[in-house]
Amino acid sequence: MRLSNIASTFKKCRQEHRPALLTYTVSGDPNKKKSFEILKAISSHADICEIGVGHNCNTGDGKQIQNSTYRAIKNGIKIKDTFAIVKKFKKTKNAKPCILMGYYNSVVQYGENRFVRKCKQVGVDGLIIVDLPWPENRNFSKKCKKNSINFIQLLSPTTSRTRMKKIIKDSHDMIYYISMLSTTGGKLKVSPEKILENYNKIKKINKSKNLVIGFGITIKTISSLKKADGLVVGSALCNEISKSIKNRQNSVTNVSNMVKNIRAKLS
Amino acid sequence: MMKLKKGKLLIDQHNKDYLYGGKFGGNYVPETLKKPIEDLANLFEKLRRDKKFLNERDYYFKNYVGVPTPFFKLKNLTKHLGGAQIWCKQVSKANGGAHKIYNATVHALIALKAKKRFIIGDTGAGYAGKMLSMAAKKFGLKCKIFMGTKDIVRQAVNCRAMRKNGAEVVPVDSGSKTLVDAVSECMRYWVSNCDTTHMCVGSTVGPNIFIKICAWSTAQISRELMVQVKKEFGRVPKKLKLINCVGGGSSAMGFWNEFIGYDRNQVELIGVEAGGPKNSKRHAAPLTNGAKIGVLHGALQYVIQDAEGQIEETESISAGLDYPGVSPLHCLLKDSKRARYTSATDEESLEALKLISKLEKGKIRPSLEPAHAFSEAIKIAPKLSKDTIICVDSCGDQKKDKQIIKERLGHNL
Repeated sequence: MRLSNIASTFKKCRQEHRPALLTYTVSGDPNKKKSFEILKAISSHADICEIGVGHNCNTGDGKQIQNSTYRAIKNGIKIKDTFAIVKKFKKTKNAKPCILMGYYNSVVQYGENRFVRKCKQVGVDGLIIVDLPWPENRNFSKKCKKNSINFIQLLSPTTSRTRMKKIIKDSHDMIYYISMLSTTGGKLKVSPEKILENYNKIKKINKSKNLVIGFGITIKTISSLKKADGLVVGSALCNEISKSIKNRQNSVTNVSNMVKNIRAKLS
Repeated sequence: MMKLKKGKLLIDQHNKDYLYGGKFGGNYVPETLKKPIEDLANLFEKLRRDKKFLNERDYYFKNYVGVPTPFFKLKNLTKHLGGAQIWCKQVSKANGGAHKIYNATVHALIALKAKKRFIIGDTGAGYAGKMLSMAAKKFGLKCKIFMGTKDIVRQAVNCRAMRKNGAEVVPVDSGSKTLVDAVSECMRYWVSNCDTTHMCVGSTVGPNIFIKICAWSTAQISRELMVQVKKEFGRVPKKLKLINCVGGGSSAMGFWNEFIGYDRNQVELIGVEAGGPKNSKRHAAPLTNGAKIGVLHGALQYVIQDAEGQIEETESISAGLDYPGVSPLHCLLKDSKRARYTSATDEESLEALKLISKLEKGKIRPSLEPAHAFSEAIKIAPKLSKDTIICVDSCGDQKKDKQIIKERLGHNL
């Protein structure tokens, strides 16, 4: 069986003895054109690109991603634009696997089937729906699998072992472990050792799944978590865009440099 | 058409996915909240069957909340309108001045059982926040209230009360700066602190367990009303109409609970949403204005949104009704046609207050929320027979709205 783009990316990183670097930026932030340019620029350094489908009741997100989301919505981003951005991005030279990350209401209003079909059509490799947990996501994740799209299950420090086993059983190539009790972008309040201890417990349940860690990861903290299959940096990048705008600097260069520097920490 | 199940409490009429009528409600929350929600649901299911806990609840309802609240006829208003009799259930007589005290008290008791020392809650009109701060003080819990900055200004009276009770008022400056963002921010805080903190959702909205706890708590209102109505009329009258304002829908759920099983030709349930300013497109009436089903704060419901699923801003003179969504329980009552929903504009609600103040001075002083319900009662009463009994839930006291009313009318009421 042919490996999915996501699975083969993890395989490649493993051969290079380093974790995969996953980035998260919000589609349309700071505007449609620039968000595409940011994506294009960071994909030379990132392994997988998560693209946020902004929603204005994003209860899982902290201030940094909220700011990016409000900016993108204010500047007129629509779901069809996000699909257009993905389509264009996937045709660029350094294109990496794309994961759309968003909230369930965007999918409900677009129509579940139509959403999945469109994802397949434009080349989306995976989906993270923050507020569609297991078992609520059972039907939807099956639909994704049928269309060769990875539905990415989330695990958290509050997830019991019994529940973890069930979720992992229903998962595809990649699983996302939330490092701590927090919204996105919170200060890392748990020690990296403790996070890796939990990480190893999950890995023991099924070694073949690619497990990434996210929430609270910055350039300062990322080296300490290098043992993971993959690490996600999101809020730090969103914050860099906000800072660039405030200081009237080029957000594309700034974010791209930041990702480059983060990537260097993982070699 | 959706059908209600006979002999089963409305809050328990969900399927295994916690959906009412197969399509409203559920638990659409981030993974981190799954466990605390499950723990809370298990604890509540245990407590609601525990005689000791029920006695405790009843003790505090009686000695702290101050039940039963009065039920009486508005004789002058009835005479003036010349149709149906208008009666009032003065829930605003409960401790603190509104129905929010029932839910707040029960949540504080549950927090103690769950051994949580911190309690958080959202608020719009400020009553949910004020009552939670009161209950927190009473039961020795540390309390944080999330409130939109727009509401902090327009409901300053309640805001002061919260601080006086020792609660921290956390201003929420994102989005519309009203209730919807306060609820979002409160849920965000809970995601980060669910190991030490108990969350109280201020109305019958949110993930399933919060809908259940809230409606179960406010049901006290209709338990009393049933006794009072039977005492007054000897039985449930042949033509009874129960009118209640609906924002999230907690007071209406409590006001109607015991009467849902009656035939709708005998007991009509009328929910009045906030129609917003006259001649404005903005409103807070998802049920009346045919909003589409979407996910808001963890539950599927009728919600005011755009084609992309972004939650739209609402507008109402009444901060307590200024919410884009509505309880999944009300969605169920609407689709099963058990309740009828309509709306009243800001102006109609103010007119209703003026009339009540003129005719029933010294008797009742409803806030802007129940003013919406009174407006509907005033509208329909003249067309109805004298043996029709209209009962309006006066669920909030006017004190908090004094400033808004003065600004709008140019004088105090």
